[in-house]
Amino acid sequence: MDKQKRNENYNIYVESKVPKTKAWPSLFKAFLVGGIICAIGQGFFDLYSYLFPNLAESEVTTCMLMSIIFITCLLTGFGIYDVIGAWGGAGSVIPITGFSNSISSPAIEFKKEGIIYGICVKMFTIAGPVIVCGVVGSIVCGFVALFI
Amino acid sequence: MQTIKMKNNTYLLDGYSIVGPLEGKGPLKDYFDYILKDDTLKEKTFEKAERKLLENIVTGAIDKAGLKTSDIDFFFGGDLLNQIVSSSYTARELEIPFIGLYSACATMAESIGLAALFVDNGLAENALAATCTHFSSAERQYRFPLELGNQRAPTTQWTITGGGASVVSCLKSKVKIVAVTFGKVLDFGIMDVNNMGAAMAPAACDTIREHIKNMGRKTSDYDFIATGDLGKLGCEILFDLLEQDKIILGKNYQDCGCMMYNKTQRTFMGGSGAGCSASVFNGYILSKLKKGEFKRVLLVSTGALMSTTTNQQGDTIPSIAHAVEFEYVGAQNENNLAAAQKPKNENFSKNSLKNSKNATKNAKNRAKTKKGEKK
Repeated sequence: MDKQKRNENYNIYVESKVPKTKAWPSLFKAFLVGGIICAIGQGFFDLYSYLFPNLAESEVTTCMLMSIIFITCLLTGFGIYDVIGAWGGAGSVIPITGFSNSISSPAIEFKKEGIIYGICVKMFTIAGPVIVCGVVGSIVCGFVALFI
Repeated sequence: MQTIKMKNNTYLLDGYSIVGPLEGKGPLKDYFDYILKDDTLKEKTFEKAERKLLENIVTGAIDKAGLKTSDIDFFFGGDLLNQIVSSSYTARELEIPFIGLYSACATMAESIGLAALFVDNGLAENALAATCTHFSSAERQYRFPLELGNQRAPTTQWTITGGGASVVSCLKSKVKIVAVTFGKVLDFGIMDVNNMGAAMAPAACDTIREHIKNMGRKTSDYDFIATGDLGKLGCEILFDLLEQDKIILGKNYQDCGCMMYNKTQRTFMGGSGAGCSASVFNGYILSKLKKGEFKRVLLVSTGALMSTTTNQQGDTIPSIAHAVEFEYVGAQNENNLAAAQKPKNENFSKNSLKNSKNATKNAKNRAKTKKGEKK
């Protein structure tokens, strides 16, 4: 039996052995964690609109996002957010808190390599692709909107 | 032939193991020589902590064997960090001639094997084999930042914090090294870095098959066969692969990675890393061997030889397994041992204590001079 065939067979065999992640429990956990994060965000939004009635809605949203991002960075620093992430999965990744965590965690981790080569270089190792895809996506959408 | 039998008498004088706090809560906690309370070892970075861990392991092993650092002719070792820095920096403190090795997680068996060959051929009287890993430094190098809130695939393994060192010697002891098999690098086309067990199982299978064939034994001749870090899935695959060659593994087979943690510790497929087989061997297996509870043991350390770069470039994962066979010879040697070594041991241990103190003094002096330079 030649090697390629052996490898193909082996990969098929291994695939059949690999334990699968159970979809329903994961979905439930993600829904719960994501829901709670969004509810906290909404809480901040309502609080700020109540405290500062003069602010426009977009400004209140910005304040709310800043608060949420700050709290996430703090929780990341205390080593709490990774526990939430490990349990909640996509529920903690998709809201802006996931983005905040993905930037602050490498910043903390690579601080030891110095400010330039550590923090500045490594800060976007995880969030970088998301930013690039986001920017490229928005350019494409912008062009489409221009011609419609 | 792939298997090399020892011509003369080569012994494993003693072994020493240290593990981290998480491993210290596992089922083998009573067998390790020392359990860390703080996995940073009061160092500023995890890389420095790993270095210090290895230093402690090595000096611990030399002390426990009743030798001095100057009695060790060669130090064989390696680790998982790039350019095997932990081992090299440890060797810098020890000033023992150093032979740096890398076989990923198979480094322990490789270094014991080579140390045994050096001793067996009269090139060294005492040789040291040591390796260790640190969970946090390995995560930094191979995976994501520690604080990132990501989920792990169910097939991942947990790099252990810990390691072990063995002193191989021509001095008689209860444990004899019988033979070594150096493995071939095999690649069965696995690409998933989260499934190392599946990548390494074929290498383990090949080395076990070659070893028992060349030694003319059956698997049932061994009291204990241990693979390094295949994990639960890797073990199941190994059973199936060996069955194709009509080799049946019985209850005498276990995987060091699976033995390391309790089910409740959420480490998925079990422990991994070069320190895994090193600490389980020098902790659990060696203590059973010395008591004679195991008469014949086969240690098969397994390693996956990829890097993050090769993986990102779409290459598959090659893997390797090395095997070392040990035998309990305590009953024949006990009388000789008692007569020949006891008085020596006392002197040795006094000297070794002094010696380790000197080593730490040296390190401190070096640190002082560094600070002076900065000022």
